[in-house]
Formats: sequence, structure tokens, C-alpha cells
Amino acid sequence: MSLQATTSQTVGPYFKIGLQWLNRDNLAGEGVSGEQVTIHGRVLDGDGVPVPDALIEIWQANAHGKYAHPADSQDRPLEKGFLGYGRIPTNKSGAFRFTTIKPGSVPGPDGKEQAPHIVVSIFMRGLLKRLTTRVYFPDSRNAADPILNLVEPSRRSTLIARNAATRPGELEWNVVLQGPEETVFFDLGL
Amino acid sequence: MKNVAGYRAPYPGTQPNHLHPPYVSSIARSPSQPLVRIPYTLSEVTGPSFGPELGSSAIQDLTKQHKGEPLGERIIVSGRVLDENSHPQANTLVEVWQANAAGRYFHEVDQHDAPLDPNFTGCGHVLTDSEGRYRFVTIRPGEYPWRNHHNAWRPAHIHFSLFGPAFSTRLVTQMFFPGDPLLPFDPIFNCTADEKARNHLISVFDWETTVPMHALGYRFDIILRGRDATPMENE
Repeated sequence: MSLQATTSQTVGPYFKIGLQWLNRDNLAGEGVSGEQVTIHGRVLDGDGVPVPDALIEIWQANAHGKYAHPADSQDRPLEKGFLGYGRIPTNKSGAFRFTTIKPGSVPGPDGKEQAPHIVVSIFMRGLLKRLTTRVYFPDSRNAADPILNLVEPSRRSTLIARNAATRPGELEWNVVLQGPEETVFFDLGL
Repeated sequence: MKNVAGYRAPYPGTQPNHLHPPYVSSIARSPSQPLVRIPYTLSEVTGPSFGPELGSSAIQDLTKQHKGEPLGERIIVSGRVLDENSHPQANTLVEVWQANAAGRYFHEVDQHDAPLDPNFTGCGHVLTDSEGRYRFVTIRPGEYPWRNHHNAWRPAHIHFSLFGPAFSTRLVTQMFFPGDPLLPFDPIFNCTADEKARNHLISVFDWETTVPMHALGYRFDIILRGRDATPMENE
């Protein structure tokens, strides 16, 4: 017997009142090892208009490539105080910004290593179910990443944060919902 | 590391598409390119878990967040969180938010001409217990107008957000009330093709959780995606 998963519905325009208590835009707490990175960007709709009411959630491994989760059975150390979860709403200009630790590489399909990446959920009014995507880093390991290699070469750059021209030391990564620069979103069944 | 077991794909028609033109906001905010199918990896079968330390900050009674009693009809909303394999989802975070009895959200963007209630914020969060149960005491939310189309009104609803065990099980949904005359006209409720799937979003009036002389009970069980038994061959 199998039950049927509950239908998704939009987060709507007023999620702040229920979800802001868990907002987290700095995952790199004191004493957490690894390279600290700050990623900023904007969410843009199909008309190129910034989306001021989007919510971004991130999930990632620590600098050793270990997820704080029982399904990760790798013999790699956990980092005390590093959960790997962030929740960041866009501001009135459709912008978001978070600081974290660059994750280590984690195992992928068929024993191949995945390049360092953060998995991302995006919620907003107008989205009846979330969008899922990934952020990669400027990293030579991207070339062999088994997930990036499933994406048309011309679109892979939408998944890779780049060194920001305007804010040195930060990375820039934008979420473009439609159009020629559209971000690659993944089909995870939901 | 060997390949990991993923999560079940939804039954046809039981989840909305991103683009649903009757819901006008979906037109400029849904992707235009096909989604890229990827295999499940450790990144998608893990996810955040929130421990008992968050449970101590739980808000399960939305009528007790201020000095006075909120206006409106007190209700009890409870249910179980299971996965598709009927396994109870213990210690998973359930977050809710809603309009007040007059149909107004405690949010600066909501300018509906209905009163705010100084005794009602309309948000709560709890961890499910060891059997996957959750329970909130709240006020029945009011219906309210919106600008989707001429004379558009949202049926009464409570927003729900759940995590489950993995990134892949994350769910945001809405709970509705039985007998609401606005349901047939709501493009959000009707975004899902499968009628049975839609109707699962309607809570059930429930004597067993109704407290005599105090509050009516509504049951809303939530099913998160279940894990496949074996890893899929990668396509």
C-alpha cells in the first residue's frame, strides 16, 4: 500500500510571519573550519523585474564534505555548530546575501565525486511548488561534476557563482526565472 | 559510494505544474525551460533536522501569543505527518501561518480593508511527536479578496511548511476547510489536476479532537514523499 504525497501549494505573499523566525543568512559560526564565502544575487522574474517576496533555502555539506544528517555514513568529521541550513528572504530590491563555508566535495552517482555545491530551494508567490537548483563555486572540479555534465554546456554557467565585480571577495549568483539567461532548475519529482 | 535510493515520483496529476495561467502570478514566475532531470545524490537525500532546542521555542497555541484573546472562532487543527510508505515522521518541523478571523494578515504588504487583531499574529511552529502528530490551537481564518481576477476571493486557509527527513521531502502547502463555497473558484486550490489530491487539502471536521465547550477540531494529515526501496539506475 502506498499513500499519496500531499499536493504542494504556493507559499504566497505573507510567508514572512510564519517563517522569519528561522531566517539564517550566516552559516559560518565561530570555530567552524573552512573557507568563508559570501554569496549575493538577485531573483528576477520573466519580465526582468526583481522579486521582492522570494524565499531561498540552502542546504550543504561542511568543509570536509560531510552532511549533518544520519543518511551520510561517510567517515568524515562533523563540525560542531554547523548545520548546513540557511533561509534567506529577498529584500525589497529582490536581492539576497548569505555567508557560509565553502563545502567540501561529496560523493555522487557511480562513485564519482561531485564538485563543491549548495542545493537550493526557491519559494515565492506565483510558484505553486518550489524550484530546486544548485550553486557551484569557481572551481576546477566543476569540469568533471556529474550533475553539471547533465546540463547543456551553454546553460551550466547559470549554476556557478562568479567573483563579483562590485563587491570584491564576494561571489555573485542570480536566480533568473525565465528567458535567455534562465537559471537551470532541476526535476527532483517535486 | 554506491548510488543512493531516491524519493518516489508523484502520481500523475497529483502535483501542480509551475505554470498555471488561471493563477496569474505564475505566468512571469514559472520557468520556461524544461526542468533538468538529475539522479538523487547524497545532497538530495539529506536535509536539515531541527532538534529539541527548537521545540522549546515552539508556538502551538496561536491564541496565547498576546495579552488578550484574539477575536474569532477558536479551533484545534491537528493531524499526523506520514510518508508515502505510511511511516510516521517524528520530530519534523511544522510551521503555520494564516490570516486573522477578519481575513487580514499581520504583514505590511496586506492592505485589505479589514481590521488587524492586536491579539493575533497568526504564526506557529512545532516539532511532531514520536508518532508524527502535531496540534495547533488557533482561530478560524477569514476569507479575503485578492487581485488575481475580478471579484477574486481566497477560501479560508492555513499555510503549512514541512521539512521531513531530506531536501527532497520539503513541502509547502495550504489547508482548507470543509464546505467552503469559494473552493470551486480558487485557482490556487484548483491548480492540481487530480481531484482526490486536491480534496486531501481540505481538513476534516473531527469530533475526536473537538473539546467540549471550548473549540471545534479539524484534522489535517500530511503525507511527505516516501523513499524508493532501491537505487534507480542512472539514466
